[in-house]
Amino acid sequence: MTTRRTFLKTGAAAATILAAGGLRARAENAPGITATEIKIGQTMPYSGPASAYGVIGKVETAYFKMLNEQGGINGRKLNLISLDDGYSPPKAVEQVRRLVEQEGVAFFFNTLGTPSNAAIRQYLNDAKIPQLFVSTGSSLFADPAHFKWTVGYNPSYVTEAHIFAKHILTTKPGAKIALLYQNDGFGKDYQSGLKAALGANASQIVGEASYETSEPTVDSQVVTLQGSGADVLVIAATPKWAAQAIRKSYDLGWDATRYVSNVSISIATVLKPAGLEKSKGVITGNYGKDVTDPKFKDDAGVAQWKAFCDKYLSGSEFADLNASYGFSAAQTMAQAIKQCGDDLSRDNILAQATNIKDLALPMLLPGITLNTSPTNYNPIRQLQLSRFNGESWELFGALLTD
Amino acid sequence: MAPEDRLEIWVSRAGWTLAVVVALAAPLSMNGYHLYQATQVLIYMIALIGLNLLTGYNGQISLGHGAFFAIGGYGAAILSSRFGLPFWAAIPLASSVCFVAGFLFGFPALKLGGLYLALATFALAVAAPQILSYKGFDAWTGGAQGLQIVKLQAPAWTHLDPDQWIFVVALAAAALLVWVALNLVRGRIGRALVAIRDHGLAAETMGVDAALYKTTAFGVSALYAGVAGGLSAFAVGFVSPESFGLALSLAFLVGVVVGGLASVGGAIFGALFIEFVPNYADRLSMQFGESAKALPGAIYGLLLIAIMGIAPAGVAGLARALVRRASRLSL
Amino acid sequence: MVQLLHQLSSGLALGGVYAIMALALVMIYQATQLINFAQGEMAMFSTYLAWKMIDSGVSYWRAFAATVVISFFGGLLIERVVVRPFAKAPVLASVIVFIGLSFIFNALAGYFFGYSVQSFDSPFPGRPLFGVGYISAHELGTIFVSVVVLALVYAFFRFTSVGLAMRAAAQNPVSARLVGVRVGWMLAIGWGLAASIGAVAGMMAAPIVYLDPNMMGGVLLYAFAGAVLGGIDNPWGAAFGGFLVGVAENLMGAYVVGEEVKLSVALAIIVGVLVARPSGLFGRRIVARV
Repeated sequence: MTTRRTFLKTGAAAATILAAGGLRARAENAPGITATEIKIGQTMPYSGPASAYGVIGKVETAYFKMLNEQGGINGRKLNLISLDDGYSPPKAVEQVRRLVEQEGVAFFFNTLGTPSNAAIRQYLNDAKIPQLFVSTGSSLFADPAHFKWTVGYNPSYVTEAHIFAKHILTTKPGAKIALLYQNDGFGKDYQSGLKAALGANASQIVGEASYETSEPTVDSQVVTLQGSGADVLVIAATPKWAAQAIRKSYDLGWDATRYVSNVSISIATVLKPAGLEKSKGVITGNYGKDVTDPKFKDDAGVAQWKAFCDKYLSGSEFADLNASYGFSAAQTMAQAIKQCGDDLSRDNILAQATNIKDLALPMLLPGITLNTSPTNYNPIRQLQLSRFNGESWELFGALLTD
Repeated sequence: MAPEDRLEIWVSRAGWTLAVVVALAAPLSMNGYHLYQATQVLIYMIALIGLNLLTGYNGQISLGHGAFFAIGGYGAAILSSRFGLPFWAAIPLASSVCFVAGFLFGFPALKLGGLYLALATFALAVAAPQILSYKGFDAWTGGAQGLQIVKLQAPAWTHLDPDQWIFVVALAAAALLVWVALNLVRGRIGRALVAIRDHGLAAETMGVDAALYKTTAFGVSALYAGVAGGLSAFAVGFVSPESFGLALSLAFLVGVVVGGLASVGGAIFGALFIEFVPNYADRLSMQFGESAKALPGAIYGLLLIAIMGIAPAGVAGLARALVRRASRLSL
Repeated sequence: MVQLLHQLSSGLALGGVYAIMALALVMIYQATQLINFAQGEMAMFSTYLAWKMIDSGVSYWRAFAATVVISFFGGLLIERVVVRPFAKAPVLASVIVFIGLSFIFNALAGYFFGYSVQSFDSPFPGRPLFGVGYISAHELGTIFVSVVVLALVYAFFRFTSVGLAMRAAAQNPVSARLVGVRVGWMLAIGWGLAASIGAVAGMMAAPIVYLDPNMMGGVLLYAFAGAVLGGIDNPWGAAFGGFLVGVAENLMGAYVVGEEVKLSVALAIIVGVLVARPSGLFGRRIVARV
């Protein structure tokens, strides 16, 4: 039974010996690393209000299983231990402590949720355990100066809001803007990002309405926003409510340009429920491929994803954007581990995770690559504006970076 | 004194002694993670005793104690991180606020019985996260991003690490609050509360000021939840609106019923249940393979029904029944 | 003015869903004095069954009817197997059992049908009525269905012998038994009916709120509030309460306090009303005598 105290003492002793040796010796491998195994920790909301995202953990577990069947990475098998935190911060802290102190994982990968990640961040940074590629677009998690061990992954929500604002200012200057946002960190990031990017033009926002995830529908909010006389509607909502908002704004006969957050752009699970006709004209900042998009029918990356789904998953995940997101994230992690070679100390794991250069992935839009560095903890910074034409997402304009 | 009463007192004393011994041994023998869980058990226990005073002894159903827990948690967090107060000032101050809040809520509660009070408190639990993330309070509460709390360091002379220290603090708080609760329920006040629960009108005609007792019971019960919330803020090191959702209030209700209504000792079992059984359900569901990640909920539900089947009056009720049976046998 | 009409119509439609759910809650409450916290999850599960049928090609109304029937027997079964053993147990034990049931249904729905949002088509034609779309066809249809369900329930209790027997069993089980009413089975039928009504609520709600395992949580809360507000022992009152909550929620959020504090204000109002009229707006006043 290893208490944190004894672990830190052992680490300190080892460091002293190495320093005394005067050699530029390799740092010892992290706990959870053996000659044949890499233990990775993760918490996901498999239950509770955010359970729709649990599929991400499922896909990543399956992906590592596939890698193991192909021999693992540099001779080591990947053991992803993914526990349920019910989207509750105290539960997340508990599970993370269990993973660190009982299971002895080497590092954390793609833990999901702004509140959960915020809760565990201090503990992991104090213990110098890498918290890699956190599954959230919150601006909180790309802060190398204060939290060196926490690396982001999703394109930042604030970035997307900036991109929307710039697009509005260039294509519809002077437009009146209405904002529908989820009343939590995710929605509020869009609110602050929009206002910041509009700058002096922030007064163009004529209506703001929020909603809780305990509310059945946002129909009322959409009606209110229409009443503000806006001709642009920004929908910072998760799938269920985004679909409602898209449908309602159409049903009301509201002729506004609609922007929607890229967490809610799946044709199968958002636009189809809203109504494909009703979703025409919706704009988003895309970064992943939607498999139901006809233009990717014969795409090699999609074929790779399909083959993986057929063999390792149950079949309903193919069209799920959350699932293909998990696929890309797992590939990113695999790349970082590969770059570590045989040095799997926590220092090197972090170093390699912040040393990703121009990584292209099968399920990301062509042209988008991942890049990290010790000062850039946002791997995905490019988004492509896309407009839905009733059938698929039409990319337009150039790849935008914040 | 009747033999079954003597046996019951003996069992009760033995139980508490055992609990104290285990609690004192814990920091010396457990690692950080297990100590963290043990601290959570103590925290839940305090909250459950509070809820039990209100619901078990006084018959007022509350589905909203998560809200008072939240006030205690956020209160302690704000006092500590924004105003720099030490924990031994932050937690009592925050819980006093809870007492006042609970007491005030007790007034409209006087008019509401059973079901209606349940609804009102249910609505309180659902509204709490929204109130907490209200942007007007953002400067204090940290809004949707939550508040970080600096880890409690033990005084140097104790040679304890932070996990052990917070456990000891929680243990001391729990011991004090248990002692207070036991004295409350065994004395005049306890009898008054029970009388109001069982025969409210008759109690009033006997001169018991039902209104005062009921509102005070609400206040005290909220105070306990507030202390638990404050301790929890320091133990977890972080508060956010998502930490205090409806699930928490429901868990408290489950804990009180499973532990046993109208029993202070039952709270230990209730706390152990809500801390460990969900993890146990997790582990059980893994037997069904990877795709069954969602099943823990179903297993937890089944376990709830099963335990109600075995012990409808809670663990404490079951223990009492067994003691009665045993004392009758030994005659 | 247009805005107000829109708010009213969507409030009435959602209120219709709340009203139907409130009826289901009242049905069980009248028989057992208990609020079935699992009603929402059961309704959600029934809706998933309908969805699965429609997905496999069954026509809407046939799937609707089949779901109502299956839910009836499901509810009956649950009452006999899970709820009945706790009839003599303390009230809160039953509440915990209901909480357990809701966990089970929620998890099973997620396990069998996945957690992604699914679309559930409305049976009512998509084109907005009256030209401009003050009220959508589905909203109108939902209100219509709510009224129909209410009328059917009323007729059932008032004009059928089974309904009469159920009322007798609820009001005075001992006497009812003496005149030959099978009280136990009345309870079971009550649960079956409640489950069917809940299934209707779910199928009316799904086109508006979309189908996912967590869809009924918010609906149940508002239905509960509506039922209590209107008077939990009065079906008409409970249904009225449901409509009232639906409309008030919309209007308040839009015109009075804004979305940010809507829930808290709703809470304050509910508490306020209950303090003024503790049995709800239309409930029977209970006078306790020493």
